[in-house]
Amino acid sequence: MPGQLPDGDAVPADGALPDGTALTGRGFGVYVHVPFCASRCGYCDFNTYTAAELGGGASRDQYADTVLAELALARRIVNPPRVDTVFFGGGTPTLLDPDDLGRILEAIDRTWGLAGDAEVTTEANPESVTPESLRRLRKAGFTRISLGMQSAALGVLAVLDRKHTPGRARAAAREAREAGFDHVNLDLIYGTPGESVDDFAASLAAAVGAGVDHVSAYALIVEDGTRLATRMRRGELPYPSDDVAADRYLAAEAALGAAGFSWYEVSNWATSEAARCRHNLLYWTGGDWWGLGPGAHSHVGGVRWWNVKHPSAYASRLADGHSPGHAREVLTATDRHVEDVMLRLRLSSGLPLSALDAAGREAAAHAVKDGLLEERDDRLVLTLRGRLLADAVVRDLLP
Amino acid sequence: MPPVTANSPGATDPGRIRNFCIIAHIDHGKSTLADRMLQLTGVVDARQMRAQYLDRMDIERERGITIKSQAVRMPWTVREGDQVGDQAVLNMIDTPGHVDFTYEVSRSLAACEGAVLLVDAAQGIEAQTLANLYLALENDLHVIPVLNKIDLPAAQPEKYAEELAHLIGCQPEDCLRVSGKTGEGVPHLLDEIVRQFQPPTGDADAPARAMIFDSVYDVYRGVVTYVRVIDGRIEARDRIKMMSTGAVHELLELGVISPEMEKAQALGVGEVGYLITGVKDVRQSRVGDTVTINIRPAKEALGGYKDPKPMVYSGLYPIDGSDYPGLRDALDKLKLNDAALGYEPETSAALGFGFRCGFLGLLHLEIIQERLEREFGLDLISTAPNVVYRVIMEDGAEHTVTNPSEYPTGKVAEVYEPVVRATVLTPNDFVGAVMELCQGRRGTLLGMDYLSADRVELRYTLPLAEIIYDFFDQLKSRTKGYASLDYEPSGEQKADLVKVDILLHGEAVDAFSAIVHKDKAYNYGVTIAAKLRNLIPRQQFEVPIQAAIGNRVIARETIRAIRKDVLAKCYGGDITRKRKLLEKQKEGKKRMKMVGRVEVPQEAFIAALSTSDSPDAGKGGKK
Ligand SMILES: Nc1nc2c(ncn2[C@@H]2O[C@H](COP(=O)(O)OP(=O)(O)O)[C@@H](O)[C@H]2O)c(=O)[nH]1
Ligand SMILES: C[S@@+](CC[C@H](N)C(=O)[O-])C[C@H]1O[C@@H](n2cnc3c(N)ncnc32)[C@H](O)[C@@H]1O
Ligand code: SF4
Repeated sequence: MPGQLPDGDAVPADGALPDGTALTGRGFGVYVHVPFCASRCGYCDFNTYTAAELGGGASRDQYADTVLAELALARRIVNPPRVDTVFFGGGTPTLLDPDDLGRILEAIDRTWGLAGDAEVTTEANPESVTPESLRRLRKAGFTRISLGMQSAALGVLAVLDRKHTPGRARAAAREAREAGFDHVNLDLIYGTPGESVDDFAASLAAAVGAGVDHVSAYALIVEDGTRLATRMRRGELPYPSDDVAADRYLAAEAALGAAGFSWYEVSNWATSEAARCRHNLLYWTGGDWWGLGPGAHSHVGGVRWWNVKHPSAYASRLADGHSPGHAREVLTATDRHVEDVMLRLRLSSGLPLSALDAAGREAAAHAVKDGLLEERDDRLVLTLRGRLLADAVVRDLLP
Repeated sequence: MPPVTANSPGATDPGRIRNFCIIAHIDHGKSTLADRMLQLTGVVDARQMRAQYLDRMDIERERGITIKSQAVRMPWTVREGDQVGDQAVLNMIDTPGHVDFTYEVSRSLAACEGAVLLVDAAQGIEAQTLANLYLALENDLHVIPVLNKIDLPAAQPEKYAEELAHLIGCQPEDCLRVSGKTGEGVPHLLDEIVRQFQPPTGDADAPARAMIFDSVYDVYRGVVTYVRVIDGRIEARDRIKMMSTGAVHELLELGVISPEMEKAQALGVGEVGYLITGVKDVRQSRVGDTVTINIRPAKEALGGYKDPKPMVYSGLYPIDGSDYPGLRDALDKLKLNDAALGYEPETSAALGFGFRCGFLGLLHLEIIQERLEREFGLDLISTAPNVVYRVIMEDGAEHTVTNPSEYPTGKVAEVYEPVVRATVLTPNDFVGAVMELCQGRRGTLLGMDYLSADRVELRYTLPLAEIIYDFFDQLKSRTKGYASLDYEPSGEQKADLVKVDILLHGEAVDAFSAIVHKDKAYNYGVTIAAKLRNLIPRQQFEVPIQAAIGNRVIARETIRAIRKDVLAKCYGGDITRKRKLLEKQKEGKKRMKMVGRVEVPQEAFIAALSTSDSPDAGKGGKK
């Protein structure tokens, strides 16, 4: 079951932004949400639907055209100098034909112009790509691919309801590099019930051995309303333990560090500065982006909004010539400050001391003394232990 | 007005008056019998009859206990026997039924010449009744033993008549048999009241002296004072004087209850009635005090007056800190009607702002807490109740400790704790279990008597502190609910007591400091430390929980440091959701109480305090 959207203010039918809203100038990205999956993984509450769940109404075949309709509306509202990053996420974008994905990308280029060095990523499930589809994606202009590997252990993949074999992610990563992708990411999930120390070590070794330049490692989150949550509530599976998650995180840091990766965000490691995901960095540093697709979130100059969640509601809004925006919020100065601290502190580049008030600095000094933060060139950066307690540190730094 | 004009208040021949009370255990049928008497004497007709006419407060009714006593005047013409046709005036004085109100009971008894000992013929006498019976005998009251509910198939009047005869030293045939329900035997009982009980004697010409046996605050009328005139006469226009304080009040009204308030011109020797002066606080009109007339005051007060002294203390805190002013107002209101309730502001690091309150006992505490919650809509948390300690230092200084966290530091020479004389009635089979319990609570056996072949009365001296901690529940569970308990204060004893502090990350948590016997300190420390370990969330650093006596740590638990507190998931562009989550967490953090650097949710303190064995000894009067 997809999770809930936040509450917010109404979005006008034409999608117009409040008067005076201006791009921040910190770069512009486009996110394209593709809300389809072949089957739903038990832990997942993303806004995605299997063919059976969708029923009639919104079909995959027409999806690209619907997105283009939103893009046409977007063009009347914002006018960025160029598009620096594009990210196709899901769901499983690669359930759509590479031609469809290419068509959307081309339209984005036509609308706002892709920067020469634009980063263009797609997420993909390992079993949803082939050497051929990867070559076509590359040709269509994709520069980066992010594969949901999750684990190299058969038992763990089974608990997670993953449909691919342990070796498939690694093979797909190799195929992607052969197809000409410079940047390949593998997603890992740790702390799954039943996952042993060795299982996770093997997953890390497999990811590193796949020759990728980026790894994301996420702690398994039991989201309300998912099948996983139900199974745990019934006692069929134990709840994940925070202590185990902490051990796994340290193992990830050790193994990835040894293989030449360094962290640049709490859950993300890359082999070089160039390998970092620029699109995600744009989210975390307050850049502007337009999110296309049902449930997609956008941010322009301090206004955040999000589209209606269901693909058919999304399609019918656009068919009526209305903005698919479901709700929005105009960030106050306080909101911005909270977000700034919350997001930047998670980055290896850290939070400038100047972003904090006196009380915040005092709290920071405490955190430094407790070994949770380090002060480097007037910036506060989480220590390894601090990364594991990042939310607590953020709460302490905020009023 | 009752039809008996010759017997008007102020003009009644003392020889016609009979003042009596009914001593009974809860549920043995006192209210039902009283209602029946009101009906038979024509004071209330069947239509007006409201069940349990005399119990006025809701809580009392629900809990089946009578807190405040009242008095009803009933005319009665003897129906049978050698006094047939005699017109009498009966004053039925209701006694409070509980252990915490022994003093008030004793004053009610002092207003009577006789007592009806009412016992359920299917149950037999209970500890509570026994205690009040002894109190009545000590007050030289004549006692008429009465077996009630004889209509019940399960009634065993023969058996219990033996028991009562043994207790009072009369013949089993002397026990009357009635049914409050059907009315059987009740007219005879009324005749016997006239026949057996002595009329009051007093000097009608002496300066007036009347004893206050109850004092009740009424929103409309102010304090209503119930008195029994001993000597002289009080007239409606007198100025009266309270002999303990010398305070003089204008009388606004006097009268009798029959069964509603009826104004009268005067109250004479032996009469029972009410006075209204316009005072607004029962402290100005205290139970046990003597009322006299200002222009011709009595020289000596009647004996037996005591200031009510709190025996048990507890901190009361509003769960929502913003209710603090509401709590203060509510206590101020309750105090108007409760001379024994004492309180002063107190601040606890763990619980915030509240009041340290003094009570006569646990039931009193419970009643007050319940009224605060129900009548005033407050959510309260109370600290574990404690008794009052007298601490003597080596340098001779003496401290009275009503709050464990204020236990003096420095060299303590001696500590004294209050003790009670407890009476337990139990079936024979459970004597061993009861003795084991009392022994474990540092009790000293004073004596043991067989009331009948299978019922035993055990008398113990016990520290009050041991009784307010879970004693009654234990007694009930060890005797399958059959035992009954009563106790009364009986001084103090020197004891080997220590103060145990509970330290969280090195800081003492005031709400958990306790004064306990040396041998129980370890147990207390281990229990509380373990409870807190389970209730307090893990912090960013390791938090030791220690139980300590002075500097000596006697028990230790550790809350391990939290190792992961970070949302490590891909949340994409939904920054709003993440920020809202953070704001919610921050709200939660604001509600935390800080003990040093440790964040403790108030719920943890509440759970630690309330899961501790509940103070149930106070229900001693209940079945
Ligand atoms: N069968 C029977 N029941 C009675 C009699 N007197 C009282 N009861 C019942 O015993 C219970 C307690 O009576 P109540 O007068 O409230 O007792 P109190 O607590 O002593 O005032 C009630 O359910 C009454 O109806 C009686 O004579 N016969
Ligand atoms: C938007 S998902 C989609 C990627 C792609 N559909 C797949 O599953 O391979 C991106 C990543 O989020 C992570 N993820 C999803 N649900 C999660 C959960 N409940 N707990 C932790 N990580 C989760 C997974 O690692 C997943 O690869
Ligand atoms: S494939 Fe990815 S997006 Fe789809 S259900 Fe599984 S985790 Fe969620």
